[in-house]
Amino acid sequence: MSDADPAAPDPVEAVEPERLHDVPVVGEAGARVLFPARDELVAVVTALFEDGFLMCLDLTAVDYLVHPGRSLPAGVSPERFELVVTLISHRERERIRLRVQVPTDDPSVPSLFDLHPGTEAMEREVFDMFGLTFTGHPDLTRILMPEDWVGHPLRKDYDSGRIPVQFKGAPTAP
Amino acid sequence: MTTTDDTMSGEEHLSEDPSLTSEGAQSLAPRDVTAAVERMRELGAVLRMAESDAAGQVADGPVDDGLDAASIDETMIINLGPQHPSTHGVLRLMTELQGETVLRTKPIVGYLHTGMEWTGEELTYLQGCTNVTRMDYASPLFSELAFSLTVEKLLGVEIPERATWIRMLMTEMNRISSHLLFMATNGMDLGAVSMMLYGWREREETLRFLERVTGLRMNHNYIRPGGVAADLPDGWRDDVLRLLEMLPPRLDEYDTLLTGQPIWRERLQGVGVLTAEAAIALGATGPILRSTGYAWDLRRDMPYLAYDEVDFNVVVGTYGDCFDRYAIRLNEIRESIDIVAQILDRMPKGDYRVQDKKVTPPPRARINESMEALIHHFKIFTEGFKVPEGEAYCAVESPRGELGCYIVSDGSAHPYRMHIRGPSFVNLQTLPHLMHGGLIADAVAVISSVDPIMGEVDR
Repeated sequence: MSDADPAAPDPVEAVEPERLHDVPVVGEAGARVLFPARDELVAVVTALFEDGFLMCLDLTAVDYLVHPGRSLPAGVSPERFELVVTLISHRERERIRLRVQVPTDDPSVPSLFDLHPGTEAMEREVFDMFGLTFTGHPDLTRILMPEDWVGHPLRKDYDSGRIPVQFKGAPTAP
Repeated sequence: MTTTDDTMSGEEHLSEDPSLTSEGAQSLAPRDVTAAVERMRELGAVLRMAESDAAGQVADGPVDDGLDAASIDETMIINLGPQHPSTHGVLRLMTELQGETVLRTKPIVGYLHTGMEWTGEELTYLQGCTNVTRMDYASPLFSELAFSLTVEKLLGVEIPERATWIRMLMTEMNRISSHLLFMATNGMDLGAVSMMLYGWREREETLRFLERVTGLRMNHNYIRPGGVAADLPDGWRDDVLRLLEMLPPRLDEYDTLLTGQPIWRERLQGVGVLTAEAAIALGATGPILRSTGYAWDLRRDMPYLAYDEVDFNVVVGTYGDCFDRYAIRLNEIRESIDIVAQILDRMPKGDYRVQDKKVTPPPRARINESMEALIHHFKIFTEGFKVPEGEAYCAVESPRGELGCYIVSDGSAHPYRMHIRGPSFVNLQTLPHLMHGGLIADAVAVISSVDPIMGEVDR
């Protein structure tokens, strides 16, 4: 539990971060975090797949709208959204995390579905909750919220607490 | 029918010249050399259709979706659920049938969605466990454990040894009760209704122990960041011993009642088969992955708590069918009983929570005599404790697979983002593949063997 914060290199030193598959990586073995750019994501995940990271455990996102000052390795500029992908290598018994910066004016990410079909539901959930779109996803629809829902509830600027409970087709008050 | 271009081109090649598809070589490769990932897309096991379109299709009659020509006027779409006991909560399946054969299935979830990840951002770290414990309501202690481990990783605190072993004892007990619940519902789903009574009876005995320790049968809020909420009560050892004595003969009764029964075996063997490659590609974990013969158990392979100090077997299957999944869970109860017996011998003395004033509220007795303790108690329960900035992911082996928790902290007393990787949510994606090509009568057996807990799927 000593490496409590793998994502916090000393900002004063600003050393050139280590690189794995040509993207910055921080953290020790076993708790490494990669910071690929959006267009590098599929290539990096493919390279990691060949390294033995065969399973995509988790895919989620974070909206850093009201917490922009997080520490990132040199060369990675913070954006509003961050896609967080967790892969696991059963052979090396190691998890690896990828954090992808996604800008707010073009919130689209290439889908990992072709490599990891198990990301289908998770990408749908991120689309539903954060409004990030996944190019190449076979069925990008809402998964948890009703189909006709407007907005993405886990965004930090989502107007929570003001929406009455809605039921599809329920009679409205006169 | 409205599907995306990708899916259409993936399916059209069944009836058209394969060289015309955009899918490349996969349609030409013989089945036995095609990678499992590609085969999965080719099978088209997942029904990709919006709910409203499906409603239209049902009204319009037959579906033309590019399956082989003979089937076009024979397929129909029916709904299973959401209101049916065998769908384990409110799971709805849109199923495409050709006669009695299931072609494609789309699981529709979200009926229990209450925005628990969002709620997690509103609650303090101390309150967080009350929220996550309500996700997987059949094994609540595991969500609490994953959440607590992640918070402790961010805090950098080391919990006392006794707390570690109490956590192991309680989660193994919870694993037993969760698997017993599966035994009961699996039996009930398949018509072995007496099994439901037996499974429920034993589960209740186990829950009685959890209740004695935590005060509640479910949604315990017992495992908290920094340790556990209370020490084990007097006489806990006798309670555990009584359970350890009572359970094994009852499990042998299950063997007599189900495992060796020709009817039971006929009903489950060869039904809902999954390969190891498909399970890995789909991100399936837990008994579903192990049923394919892939020995992966976080307790053994990436040990947390003190699982590297206890001795147990990882139960694996061979065929990846419903029977294997049933047998794995039954034998995992036995392994858990074994682990609990070892924990009984090893339970150390000491604190049940970390003596870090920042994280731990003062003991009740101190509040009556010390003003500072009262203030401290008040502050920690109203304001919570601050967690250093950063992000962390911790995972535990829940009865359903890898249950992970991802927390981003901005340095305040609330998580900036709290995400739970629910194993049921991911495992549910195997359903279309398990059901593809099987009979509709086997659908219930398949749903039951995946053992999804919808509270965790929808969160």
